[in-house]
Amino acid sequence: MLDRPPPKDKPVSLFVTCIVDMIYPDTGMSVVKILEHLGIPVEFPMGQTCCGQPAFNSGYRTEARTVALQFLKTFQSAEVIVVPSGSCGAMIRHEYPALFANDPQWAAVAERIASITWEFTEYLVDGLGIEDLHLKLPAPKTFAFHDACHGLRLLKLGQGARTLLANTENATISDLTECDVCCGFGGTFAVKMPNVSAAMLNTKIGHIEAHEAQTIVTGDASCLTQMNGGLSRQKSAKRVRHIADVLADGLTEDTVHHED
Amino acid sequence: MKIESNNFVALADISISDGHVPEAVGAGTRTAFNRRLGAMFATSAPHGEVMRQQAAEAKRRALRKLPDLLVLAEAEPTENGFTVLWAEDAAEAKQHMLDIVARHGSKHIAKSKSMVTEEIALNDTLIAAGAHVVETDLGEYILQINDEHPSHIVAPVIHKSKAEIRQVMQDKIGMPYLEDAQAMVAFAREKLRVEFLQADMGVSGANFIIAETGSLCLNTNEGNGRMVTTLPKVHVAFVGIERIVENLDDYATLTQVLPRSGTGQNLTVYTNMINGPCHDGGPEHLYVIFVDNGRSRIYANEKYTESLACIRCGACLNACPVYRSTGGHAYGWVYGGPIGAVVTPLLVGIDKATPLPNASSLCGSCKQVCPVDIDIPRMLLDLRHDIVEMKQTEFMWNASMKAWEKVCASPRLFEMGGKAARAALTIGMDRLVPNPLGQWKQQRDFPNFAAKSFRQQWRERQKTK
Repeated sequence: MLDRPPPKDKPVSLFVTCIVDMIYPDTGMSVVKILEHLGIPVEFPMGQTCCGQPAFNSGYRTEARTVALQFLKTFQSAEVIVVPSGSCGAMIRHEYPALFANDPQWAAVAERIASITWEFTEYLVDGLGIEDLHLKLPAPKTFAFHDACHGLRLLKLGQGARTLLANTENATISDLTECDVCCGFGGTFAVKMPNVSAAMLNTKIGHIEAHEAQTIVTGDASCLTQMNGGLSRQKSAKRVRHIADVLADGLTEDTVHHED
Repeated sequence: MKIESNNFVALADISISDGHVPEAVGAGTRTAFNRRLGAMFATSAPHGEVMRQQAAEAKRRALRKLPDLLVLAEAEPTENGFTVLWAEDAAEAKQHMLDIVARHGSKHIAKSKSMVTEEIALNDTLIAAGAHVVETDLGEYILQINDEHPSHIVAPVIHKSKAEIRQVMQDKIGMPYLEDAQAMVAFAREKLRVEFLQADMGVSGANFIIAETGSLCLNTNEGNGRMVTTLPKVHVAFVGIERIVENLDDYATLTQVLPRSGTGQNLTVYTNMINGPCHDGGPEHLYVIFVDNGRSRIYANEKYTESLACIRCGACLNACPVYRSTGGHAYGWVYGGPIGAVVTPLLVGIDKATPLPNASSLCGSCKQVCPVDIDIPRMLLDLRHDIVEMKQTEFMWNASMKAWEKVCASPRLFEMGGKAARAALTIGMDRLVPNPLGQWKQQRDFPNFAAKSFRQQWRERQKTK
């Protein structure tokens, strides 16, 4: 395991991920609002694009390395990097050191960047030791969790996201049946083998429909795109939302000025 | 067996649209998956993890010492009275077998379950040579009478429902309609009993072979393995060279994690250790045929050596959401599921199984459940990289990745690309040319790109601050 410098009392460099930047900017803003709610200075390095995972996971390591290098250059001087995705976080933490291992110029940077990168809920709960954000949802609501695979198995994210939402007033949480089974996204897998991916998705949708919760919560925008793509096509009223967006709903008038 | 792994996508589509296969496989794998959880972690979660670590270390040490252990694995069983033979490939393994059959004049061969004999397609050769060959594992027997191949490493007929199995038995071996599964089993048992009693040769695989003691170890549940290895006068065991473990302690560890991981049992019903010929009514002639068939080539490539640690428990198949959806036949050869997606291209050649490393969402469940902690997702990624390096990828993907690389290396192009994509999707331009999004949209909607990207919003926010 990498030696991880404690992230407390350091400004956050936000890596929103390419999909959040282009498709879900509100999720990025939710992260910013929560961090600012905690009084943490946030910067958004404008040189950021993608972590390189789509190419890396498809076997295109030369292309992935070019894109990863853009990331290293952009975040070279960051003290803490926060990313609202376990999958992109795992790419940076687990793959960057190996991608640059034989590069005398960048190997050390890749190692350091890997060690200061945190998934959003992991940063709050494991990094800062915050379990209660003092949030309150406008109305009582029930949520069911789905664990995104890379956060769960590569970053070994624990119960952090659940803890934060469970401690939010008006929120009731539970787990989706088979909450730790893949939704079938898998990056380019979803388009290379669309029917297999959709079969996995349909199993997931079956569990979503069977659950009492109207809103499913997860930590990755890509898995959410897969699940919502299926729910929308099948005319379901249910939707999957990002944990940052659900938490940001709790930043009401009552809570925004709340101090520890 | 014909290798059809390059047809994975088409074969998977057939299984998925059939509906019966995902239903049967989904139910069977989930049952096994849950039983595994119960058995591995019955004492405590840490205890289960410690068992995994011990098992992983036992197999890795065996691999590190494999060259030396292979020498012992010939010497010790020979000392015990086995005849040990080596086969570099399938042809040599089968020639050994034909020689043994000729030497003993064997005509009636009873087999217990063995994946390596599937791999070398032993039955075809024996039948062509005029022998009568019967698979005696119940699942394998049902498949043999229906001219099918196993679809799962430990539960060969997992792709069939009880009703489908009943139909096969009614059609092929004259079983009357029987409602009860136990009655169906009893009917098959009567048929198989005749075969056991007639057999003049038994053929088995091996789960482990212990170098230190020269013991051949079999874990089975139906008793057929014991019949096959005790009743006939000649017993031939086919053993992949990676089945070797160093000593009894390692065997003790592995023989516990194998059934826990595979079927959720603490121990298989029949746990056999065969230490030599029996001159008291049992087999008088024992043969071990060590089969390489590509394994030393895998061993030499350190990226994939670890795949040889596999103890064939099937836990990764049971945990895999891809396998649960497609079943094992979609993988087009002997080994299916996550470990099959790794070892098939390595054994038969990447060019003959190119889709398999991509038949995974990289969710990591396979590694999580593997009793010897094989990093299957890592090897799938390495295989995908090999495929790119070997230029076995489609032009569309090569071009897309190059374009994506250019765009993502430049924040300016990245932002322009986002705006262009939004514009193109808004007017439905994606419908005009074939592209990956078309595949996506067959069964899923795709969200609109945001009117203002995050970076645009951030820029505006900074101005007003």
